[in-house]
Amino acid sequence: MGIVDFFRARRSHRRDSASVAKERLQIIVSHERAEQGGPDYLPMLRQELLEVVRRYVTVDPDAVRVDVERDDSHEVLELNITLPEQQDRA
Amino acid sequence: MSRIVVITSGKGGVGKTTTAASLAAGLARAGFKVAVVDFDVGLRNLDLVMGCERRVVFDFVNVINGDARLNQALIKDKRLGNLAILPASQTRDKEALTEAGVEQVIGELREQFDYIVCDSPAGIERGSHLAAYHADDAVVVTNPEVSSVRDSDRVLGLLASRTRRAERGDAPVQEHLLLTRYDPQRVKKGDMLSVEDVQDILAVSLLGVIPESEVVLNASNAGVPVILEESTDAGQAYDDAVARYLGEQRPHRFLQTERKGLLGRMFGG
Repeated sequence: MGIVDFFRARRSHRRDSASVAKERLQIIVSHERAEQGGPDYLPMLRQELLEVVRRYVTVDPDAVRVDVERDDSHEVLELNITLPEQQDRA
Repeated sequence: MSRIVVITSGKGGVGKTTTAASLAAGLARAGFKVAVVDFDVGLRNLDLVMGCERRVVFDFVNVINGDARLNQALIKDKRLGNLAILPASQTRDKEALTEAGVEQVIGELREQFDYIVCDSPAGIERGSHLAAYHADDAVVVTNPEVSSVRDSDRVLGLLASRTRRAERGDAPVQEHLLLTRYDPQRVKKGDMLSVEDVQDILAVSLLGVIPESEVVLNASNAGVPVILEESTDAGQAYDDAVARYLGEQRPHRFLQTERKGLLGRMFGG
């Protein structure tokens, strides 16, 4: 290891804690913004969707997942409905 | 038309009261009529930081309850004639601040003052909601540290959704980031989030960076807003922040480690 590498390694090692902090913050903050920003109606939307789905299919209460993903320019409302393998018609 | 500015953070102990005192004193020194209001019911401290704790007779809640007139409760600052302090009540009754009461007092303050600086309590409960509710501007005080940054983000979300401006669909609250207890040396070592890191995460315009400094503690020990300690780094950093708040362009200082000469290094100067 050359002397330059030695200092570089030392430096990158030292950089760690602040950049780890930044990375962790970016993830948790974007998560919390999604929950908070598309906020109040999401649980209701989920509940009503669940009721509609249940008119046709018997599903678990947690079979419907609603998420909001946010980019700089747009938001994506993601719906995930897990159907049971054998569909019992209601 | 007066402007209402809330000093908020979510997390406690990051420098809200220090900032409220200095912003208020700085605006008053610039010639504006300023009232600074302590919203921390039960944990009054602005009076101590401003050095007027022994002159408190009536408080915010007394005014709301009609036990005192506003002008009886306002304490005139001894250093700056156009600066007044409205102390918080020390009651343990958390319901003592009512929405209607706060609105009425803010309305009365508007008649007399150009700027009303609201010092928010920590947390996101009733007290901080009431402190922020009427705000036109917000200064979010943040330390370069994970829990403070996360809490600031929460608070920014609330400013965008739970204030009077948000409810009425008016122009949003003007948000400003004030980074305090900044230690360029630790940033350089990679132990502390940098200004850029915090800005990347919070995406709010930067009002100023206050360096970690023993001066801040000394000033609060003495009951002097640190901005009045004009020869110090923290005092000057607050002065810059107030100037920027008033629209002046000033470069950010105190972001780099001090370059010490050989002699300085040898003698620890």
